Amino acid sequence: MTTSASPTIPGRTAEPAPAEQTHEHRRFRLRRPSPWHLVLIPISFILLFPFYMMVVTSLQTEAQTRRFPPLLTPPTPQWSNYATALHAAPFVRFMVNSAVVALIIVVGNLVLCSIAGYAFARLRFAGRGLVFGLLMATLMVPFQVTMIPEFLIVKWLGVHVWDQLGIDHLGALVLPTLATAFGIFFLRQFFLTVPVELEEAARMDGTSRLGVLFKIVLPLSLPALSTVAAITFLDAWNSFLWPLIVINTESHMTLPLGLTTFQGSHDTHWELLMAGNVFSLVPMLLVFLIAQRYFVRSVAATGLKG
Amino acid sequence: MATATTAPPAAPGTGIFRRLSRSEHAVGWAFVSPAVLIIGIFGLLPILWSLLLSFQKSDLLTPQTPWVGLQNYKQIPGDATFRLAIEHTIIYTALFVPCTMLVGLVIAAALNRKVRGISIYRTAAYVTMAVSTINEALVFMWLFEPNFGVVNAGLNAVGLPQQQWLSDPNEALYVIVAMTVWGWTGFAVVIYLAALQGVPQDLQDAASIDGAKRFTIFRTITFPLLSPATLFLAVWLSINALQLFDEVYLTTRGGPLYSTTVVVYYLYDQAFQQFNAGYAAALAYVLFMVIIVITFIQFKVGNRFVHYNR
Repeated sequence: MTTSASPTIPGRTAEPAPAEQTHEHRRFRLRRPSPWHLVLIPISFILLFPFYMMVVTSLQTEAQTRRFPPLLTPPTPQWSNYATALHAAPFVRFMVNSAVVALIIVVGNLVLCSIAGYAFARLRFAGRGLVFGLLMATLMVPFQVTMIPEFLIVKWLGVHVWDQLGIDHLGALVLPTLATAFGIFFLRQFFLTVPVELEEAARMDGTSRLGVLFKIVLPLSLPALSTVAAITFLDAWNSFLWPLIVINTESHMTLPLGLTTFQGSHDTHWELLMAGNVFSLVPMLLVFLIAQRYFVRSVAATGLKG
Repeated sequence: MATATTAPPAAPGTGIFRRLSRSEHAVGWAFVSPAVLIIGIFGLLPILWSLLLSFQKSDLLTPQTPWVGLQNYKQIPGDATFRLAIEHTIIYTALFVPCTMLVGLVIAAALNRKVRGISIYRTAAYVTMAVSTINEALVFMWLFEPNFGVVNAGLNAVGLPQQQWLSDPNEALYVIVAMTVWGWTGFAVVIYLAALQGVPQDLQDAASIDGAKRFTIFRTITFPLLSPATLFLAVWLSINALQLFDEVYLTTRGGPLYSTTVVVYYLYDQAFQQFNAGYAAALAYVLFMVIIVITFIQFKVGNRFVHYNR
């Protein structure tokens, strides 16, 4: 992770180095681009084609979507499809719900998993090994095993503790993943690599444990924190089966679930379905393109270590 | 009492709270308890509860859940639909995992070079990671639409007969393979590209000077060095393939004629549509055991050919 910056340096320094870059060399590069473009362009075309069809279809009239062979361009872009789709289902509401749920889960994981991960990494307390082992065991168990009791627990919480945590409320989407074993494990592993001498010096000066964590350890752990944030955000945003089980009311649905019910009621209106699809895809796409570096590094980091 | 005397005199208050906050046991437990509480309630407790539930009869509504012993488990071997679901899950996994790995490896190898605009090509490959399963399912339903879809138009253009795709029991599962391979391409490319960038160039250069052909270098040097990534992808993609649900629910609901009923879809159907939660819990435990066995085998077999380059 620490060396990830170095491979980009040669690529960058290649451009502001005109001393070596003779005129001839430049012309050579311009006239004969690498033959690899002939491989890379078709690959990109195939991978991006579904996105292209999504957008094109979302801008056609209903009659235009019912042609064979299909039109590959929108003759006159029908922007009104988006207005119609947004009118037919509360997509903005779905989006707000998704964002609220995902953000609370991310913040919850960053705070709770940092504190717990720090304790597992640095503090010696009775039962530490046993508790840590039990938490890690949950990583092995597929969601299908736990989902039925989780449903019953959420139902019970809604009736006996607080209705906002119960079936058909956003709290039921947030609470079960507010802290994850993955987050604790990943952060603990990272904290173990932070030099303990720094912390000891601060402890001597009378800083509390929490103070050490927040003022010294966490600022050194930004790569690990961004990884946990990226992974939990992707998971929360794309979650489908759990919301499908616990949410029934349209106004409490997240984007994936809302889009599914929209699909159910606009079965063959492909122009509206694709408009809804594009609309629901854009926020995540923007987040991904802006933070691509973090997402890619996070997936690579968890993949190669996990 | 003995510990109280050793407490540093600098501490102003010597109340119980003060002493607790000095004890690593208390601080440790205070730090882990919020997370442990949540994971305990929603992660650990359900594992045991699910096991109990698999020996009971439950419809998720009535509070009484009578004990039925091993009946749920005994029912599984005779369940013809579940056997179909296993068959479809195996076919799906056997196609999805190698296809995704191959696509990921080929694209990552193509992307692992210094060409103008490489970051744009890379983004094009990564971007499917931003696509949720519902986005992916909706657009592939449209691409493979039998009457107006672009895939049938392509077949038509080269003189091949049009297909019913998701409406055809013989084809639906393969369409789901295609859409999920596309959806996972970004992930596989990221893993393989990161691994490729870790392959030392000098080894390949040395082989190249010795006159080895490009493909020979890839087969004998690069690919073995990628084996940790290959093993990770095989395990990770298999675990996800065995848990396929979203795409099936969104496109075919297990049909036509049960042709896309996979294990987790059947499990969901039993628990939340047929309200046989006890039986579904038993099925979930069987799935869990299968995943453990397959993962174990993959690691055992995998460790024989994995080179860890450290």
